[in-house]
Amino acid sequence: MTALLHHLLIVPVLVPLVAGASLLFLAEQRRARIALAVGSVLVQAVAAGTLLYLTTDAMPHMWTEGVGVYALGAWPAPFGIVFVVDRLAALMLVLTALIGLAALVYSLAYWDRVAPAFHSMLQFLLMGLNGAFLTGDLFNLFVFFEVLLAASYGLLLHGAGSVRVKASLHYVTVNLLASFLFLVGIAMVYGITGTLNMADLPARISQLDPGDRALFGSGAAILGGAFLVKAGVWPLNFWLPAAYTAASSPVGALFALMTKVGVYAALRIGTLLSSADVETSFIDVGLFYGGAATVAYGTIGTLSAHQLGRVVSFSVVTSTGLMFMALGLRLQSLTAPVLLYLASSALATSAFFMLNGLAQRTRNVPMREAADVAPMPDVIYHGFGVGPPDPLSPTDEVGVAIPAAMAFLGMAFVCCVLLIVGLPPLSGFLAKFALLRATAGPNLLAAGAPYGAAFCAAVVVSGMAALVAFTRSGLRLFWTVSAQRTPRLRMIEVAPTSLLILACLVLTVAAAPVMTYLDSAARSLHAPEVYVRVVAETTGVLP
Amino acid sequence: MEVIVALAIGVLAGSGVWLVLRPRTFQVVLGLALLSYAVNLFIFATGRLTVDRAPIIREGVPVDPSLYADPVPQALVLTAIVISFATTALFLVLLLVARGLTGTDHVDGREPEDR
Repeated sequence: MTALLHHLLIVPVLVPLVAGASLLFLAEQRRARIALAVGSVLVQAVAAGTLLYLTTDAMPHMWTEGVGVYALGAWPAPFGIVFVVDRLAALMLVLTALIGLAALVYSLAYWDRVAPAFHSMLQFLLMGLNGAFLTGDLFNLFVFFEVLLAASYGLLLHGAGSVRVKASLHYVTVNLLASFLFLVGIAMVYGITGTLNMADLPARISQLDPGDRALFGSGAAILGGAFLVKAGVWPLNFWLPAAYTAASSPVGALFALMTKVGVYAALRIGTLLSSADVETSFIDVGLFYGGAATVAYGTIGTLSAHQLGRVVSFSVVTSTGLMFMALGLRLQSLTAPVLLYLASSALATSAFFMLNGLAQRTRNVPMREAADVAPMPDVIYHGFGVGPPDPLSPTDEVGVAIPAAMAFLGMAFVCCVLLIVGLPPLSGFLAKFALLRATAGPNLLAAGAPYGAAFCAAVVVSGMAALVAFTRSGLRLFWTVSAQRTPRLRMIEVAPTSLLILACLVLTVAAAPVMTYLDSAARSLHAPEVYVRVVAETTGVLP
Repeated sequence: MEVIVALAIGVLAGSGVWLVLRPRTFQVVLGLALLSYAVNLFIFATGRLTVDRAPIIREGVPVDPSLYADPVPQALVLTAIVISFATTALFLVLLLVARGLTGTDHVDGREPEDR
């Protein structure tokens, strides 16, 4: 049993890989395709849940201190690639599985039939996300980033239309450039330290000459630049609102999670390096100011945007900015609240992107406008050996239409707004309250008073601005009676949206155990010796 | 040799950046390709510039790192080449689709108005 459980670490990468590849051969059998896709995500969810359970030290004879290591091909650590799961990685895996499941089920109502290979790309995106969270090797991290980006290029284009193509053009260019930065950073780190293994890095850095140390610092900074592009920190984020708004709603939900990958990578590498007494104070100040500028950009954006989708996209920017501001403060007590905020805002924005797709149907304009879905060039369908999808009318769908559609939309909208703005009683409020509490009070001086105060102000003001913007969108959506009709909502669209909001409710109700878990996650992040030691012990060769 | 390689990387990266900043999609593709060459050469150079060195340590021969080439950057650069090749191909398709849908090859999908 334990031997089998040991292989659980590879499941979140292997299952979507196999499923995604097999799905390419099931272009004609819709039922089999759905079964395989949903089955794969369910397996990932179970695996992620089990990993989360194991990292709570529930089985101490198996993993010590919440860190599990899996050496691929049983190659010892600095030479082979290792997968490492700790509490932060397990948390991210669970978030990925939840949002992936919701987006997949939501897409079954309509979006998966718009173009071939949607299911495969979704699986590959999940594989990239899971792999990026699990890997303990820098170059492998790059590979998984590329996997998830390549899938996201396809998914962003999903549904075609000139708006999506224009947004993709910018999105792809910027992300390719960021990948080059990533590669240069990795090459410099490898060239100086001679290792790509994250657990091996701190020890190697402490052996460096002072001259090499500066070079290493610039390599790490270039690497960090790549993460900041992925996370969407100002001024590297002008592609983000357009791309996220243009994406179809299930894809938007997944994209809301993708910016969090940048935050995760920055957090992971940042805490590992801070243990090796690399001079990071200028990076922290940079992160703080970058985060502040991002919050300002996001806030102004939410206020100036008209479409609901754009407001939500800008709120993604704001939440990234707040997280980086918090990381820049360098308060260890802030890490757990940041993680809670990350989980809560990822779930809420994903739900909001799905809700946005549903809410657009209350307009009198038909759902499929030219910009929304245009057929792909025929050559693409021939390439996959399938015909263009039948023109769909929203009425002939399989599935149950739910009663009281407007009531559901209204309730879901209110919940999402409360979550993102950070008003009581939902988890958004708890997260922002925890952020404020960790910064204000006696900690204010430790953070450097002006910085701490600026952060508190940013949390409050950005929430306020988001409230104004969302209220305006809500008025336009729900209270302008003349331009409105009651939409048909199907169960398979409503259920996943509700699932994500319910997950936030769980975060609220079970706040105490969640915070205990996140506290221990934050503690192990700030004590990377444990991470390093466990990787060394499990695989043997590290110094 | 180091100077020549460094100059080559610099020239490639410089031309790549200039082309990426141009307004036509085809120039951007070429710029991305040149940048990827520069990055690949850079990765390759981190394994030291050596000629006629084997990457695999032979059994029984005393190990002196200066007699061997570092195989890791070679493996990395191979992966990086494949990935940048695939993404460039995808970008080319995107370029053609954008040209077809918008009728222009400007990166913003429309011609600037002041012409």
